[in-house]
Amino acid sequence: MKNIRKRIPDGTLVVLVVLLTAAGLVLLYSTSTYNGRVKFHDPAYYLKKQLFATALGFLVLYVVANMDYHVIAGFAVPLYVISLLLGIAVLLFGDEYNGSRRWLSLGPLSFQPAEFAKVAVIILLAWHICRYKKDMGKMGFMVKTMAMVLPVVGLVGTNNLSTAVIILGIGVILIFVANPKYKQFVGIGAAGIGFIAIFLSLESYRLERLAVWRDPESYDKGFQTIQGLYAIGSGGIFGKGLGSSLQKLGFVPEAQNDMIFSIICEETGLVGAILLMLVFGLLIWRLMVIATHALDLLGTMIAAGIMGHMAIQVILNIAVVTNTIPNTGITLPFVSYGGTSVLFLLGEMGLALSVSRYEKQEFL
Amino acid sequence: MKKNKTYNKKKTVIVFAVCIAMMAGLAGRLFYLMVLRADYYTEKADDLHERERDIKAARGKIIDRNGVVLADNRAVCTISVIHSQIKEPEKVTDMLVKELEITEEEAKKRVEKVSSIERIKTNVPKETGDRIREYNLAGVKVDEDFKRYYPCDDLASRVLGFTGGDNQGIIGLEVQYDSILEGINGKILTTTDARGVEVDEIGESRVEAVAGYNLHISMDYNIQRYIQQEAEKVMEEKQADRVSILLMNPRNGEIYGMANVPEFHLNDPFTLPEGTDTTGKTEEEIQDLRNQMWRNICINDTYEPGSTFKIITAAAGLEEGVVSLDDTFSCPGFRVVEDRRIHCHKRTGHGAETFLEGAQNSCNPVFIDVGLRLGVDNFYRYFRDFGLMTKTGIDLPGEASTIMHKKENIGQVELATMSFGQSFQITPIQLAVTVSSIINGGNRITPHFGVEVRDDDMTLIDTLEYETKENIVSQETSKTMRYILEKVVSEGSGKNAYIEGYEIGGKTATSQTLPRSANVYISSFLGFAPADDPKVLGICIIHDPKGVYYGGTIAAPVMKRVFENVLPYLNIEKQNG
Repeated sequence: MKNIRKRIPDGTLVVLVVLLTAAGLVLLYSTSTYNGRVKFHDPAYYLKKQLFATALGFLVLYVVANMDYHVIAGFAVPLYVISLLLGIAVLLFGDEYNGSRRWLSLGPLSFQPAEFAKVAVIILLAWHICRYKKDMGKMGFMVKTMAMVLPVVGLVGTNNLSTAVIILGIGVILIFVANPKYKQFVGIGAAGIGFIAIFLSLESYRLERLAVWRDPESYDKGFQTIQGLYAIGSGGIFGKGLGSSLQKLGFVPEAQNDMIFSIICEETGLVGAILLMLVFGLLIWRLMVIATHALDLLGTMIAAGIMGHMAIQVILNIAVVTNTIPNTGITLPFVSYGGTSVLFLLGEMGLALSVSRYEKQEFL
Repeated sequence: MKKNKTYNKKKTVIVFAVCIAMMAGLAGRLFYLMVLRADYYTEKADDLHERERDIKAARGKIIDRNGVVLADNRAVCTISVIHSQIKEPEKVTDMLVKELEITEEEAKKRVEKVSSIERIKTNVPKETGDRIREYNLAGVKVDEDFKRYYPCDDLASRVLGFTGGDNQGIIGLEVQYDSILEGINGKILTTTDARGVEVDEIGESRVEAVAGYNLHISMDYNIQRYIQQEAEKVMEEKQADRVSILLMNPRNGEIYGMANVPEFHLNDPFTLPEGTDTTGKTEEEIQDLRNQMWRNICINDTYEPGSTFKIITAAAGLEEGVVSLDDTFSCPGFRVVEDRRIHCHKRTGHGAETFLEGAQNSCNPVFIDVGLRLGVDNFYRYFRDFGLMTKTGIDLPGEASTIMHKKENIGQVELATMSFGQSFQITPIQLAVTVSSIINGGNRITPHFGVEVRDDDMTLIDTLEYETKENIVSQETSKTMRYILEKVVSEGSGKNAYIEGYEIGGKTATSQTLPRSANVYISSFLGFAPADDPKVLGICIIHDPKGVYYGGTIAAPVMKRVFENVLPYLNIEKQNG
């Protein structure tokens, strides 16, 4: 077995990312024209902003892909500290939008620190696990590792519970991958379910959310869910055609955000929806390949973290939109409107590409 | 060089596999929602997106026998504003104030109200609607609509009837022929966004409205206009409560005219006559007044016919053979029946007279004798066989039933009073139809207005058929009755209806409303011409005339004037002279 340094990043991943962002922009434009016209008198309002973020994102992707991920991992702690500071800043000076304080404004640009936190956590945990890999099998190490991310989870969780859950999920996946054992995770899984149950029953509104989930048509708060289901169900097998959604005309609120997948279902049908899921599946598969072919543990952990992040967000988003799980606000990567999100997602892809550049080849 | 342990790879693959499994599960969920539940959600979504607007169907016209339109439609407009489409609210407000005569405050309120569509005013004249359209203001919608319109306003109001806000008949022919006239409303299906704004790209699907059919009726505009004027004239002269004149064809039941004055305004049917005192009245009492105003006296109300009913007693007596023209009677001014002394209208008595003379004199004792000769069984049988117990079946709603004694309650006194038209009640139309059947050779016809149903291109859709019951009386009796009644007019109590050159048959009547102590009279005259071959039969009923109240004195001259004009109009030529 011999390790060989490769100079070219993973071509398949590049193709998939370009495909996904292009498709995402088309779908976003189709979904957001109505809201853009109604709210800003510009059908391309959302597209323009997303296009700008995407362009910036590809620049970041290019730069990061050409960097050595070991160098980036060296900045794990400062990056994490910055994400914490940004989290505090958003609590103090953040802008409210739709009732949530999630944005930091800098002139005409606004920025969502929670998106940055996800990347910071992936890098921090990967760096940390590699540093203490001898202790990997120990229970205490797992707890300590998990504890490291709790400050940022707490900060983000105060106004963006969904992202906090995603960060926790990334943590759990990374520890699972790092740890040689299996049995412990059954216990962790059981503890997690118990935790969720207690968490839900603590506040009645969360239980109500559960009731809405089971029978959305009977509750006012099930409005968004029901509108999403109408969109999905009325799409049928082949859909109404791109641009022909009716549910995006104000029926599904803020259709370009979390619920965009329902409009995709309505316009492109089951065929289009499955096709999009397939592209996401291929992307996750490619990230898995990069993780397993990574030169070292750091590369594996980074790529696995990115894969976990991508998978969690895609699965949770589609599960919410199809009312498979109770409603919570999670965006669909590369497709939902959100500049910060697309910027950092592309940054993450750059990181994965950087890992892939150092792929080892196996000669048997 | 850090060593990459293989279990990390294995676990990464496990994570990947779990994720793919979950995505496969979600794909299954999508299949369920988008294929198995597609119909359910599509229907729900369509309900949400589609707005249905009715296109009112034009209601069929009511047209007289000569093509004069008596009930028509007028295009009117409904003005609405759509809040989200308004670009210049001030201009819209100003326009509404100017064109619709609403207050500025009101207009402003409506324009500023956040609603998907706000209806400002309905039944706006088409000209106003067209003007509003020319303003070309965004967010202002002008929808065309139909409103029933009666060109002759108060002509035959209680016959034609009118329609309500939903274009459905409320009274009269409008109710009776609603299903023919109403047509089928169309629909506009539009797709809207969440604010209710139509989505232009999709357009609208229309189901066009189908106009109702036109109803051609037997009424003659000119005759109706004339008898209505005559009725109004006599009502004014005699300060009567109300006057009804009915003119029909006794051979086939077609009604030429039916005036019930005072008529009301069909274009404004809810307003009570001027001078009606409604202070302190409840809404219910006011509605009662309206119902009174809308009643068709010829059909909806019964009265004691009085002496005109002697025609029927005579026909029964002749048909049964208990009396003939030359039978002699004597009238001392009264007849004692059981313990009752029943007076003749001439208290001094008519003396000795034949049956014919008795009819000319309208002598009560003569008809009491005929009635008593018939006996209760026969009298009751003829009453029933002539059709007096059943409704005439006229094509107007709310025909009143005859109010009659039960057979077992009829004693000699009741029989005697019934013989000259008292102690029971029938409708004027019932009297007209029964007499028609006696003088037309014995065919009981169904009185009616509706003749044909046609569409706007005059294509015949349906000819309305009516029942005729034959042999109510024999030809012989019918002929004798025509002779007797001609004599009543030419030589007897109906001479005020005599017209030089015409042979006119008829009978007068003066009856009282109940209670008799109120001294409220009903003067009437029933006449037909030509006497030997009746082509037109008329009845004039004057309720509560002041001063002279004898039918022969006040009702017969009215019918005379009507015949003088209508007979030439109907091309009925003078037989002699």
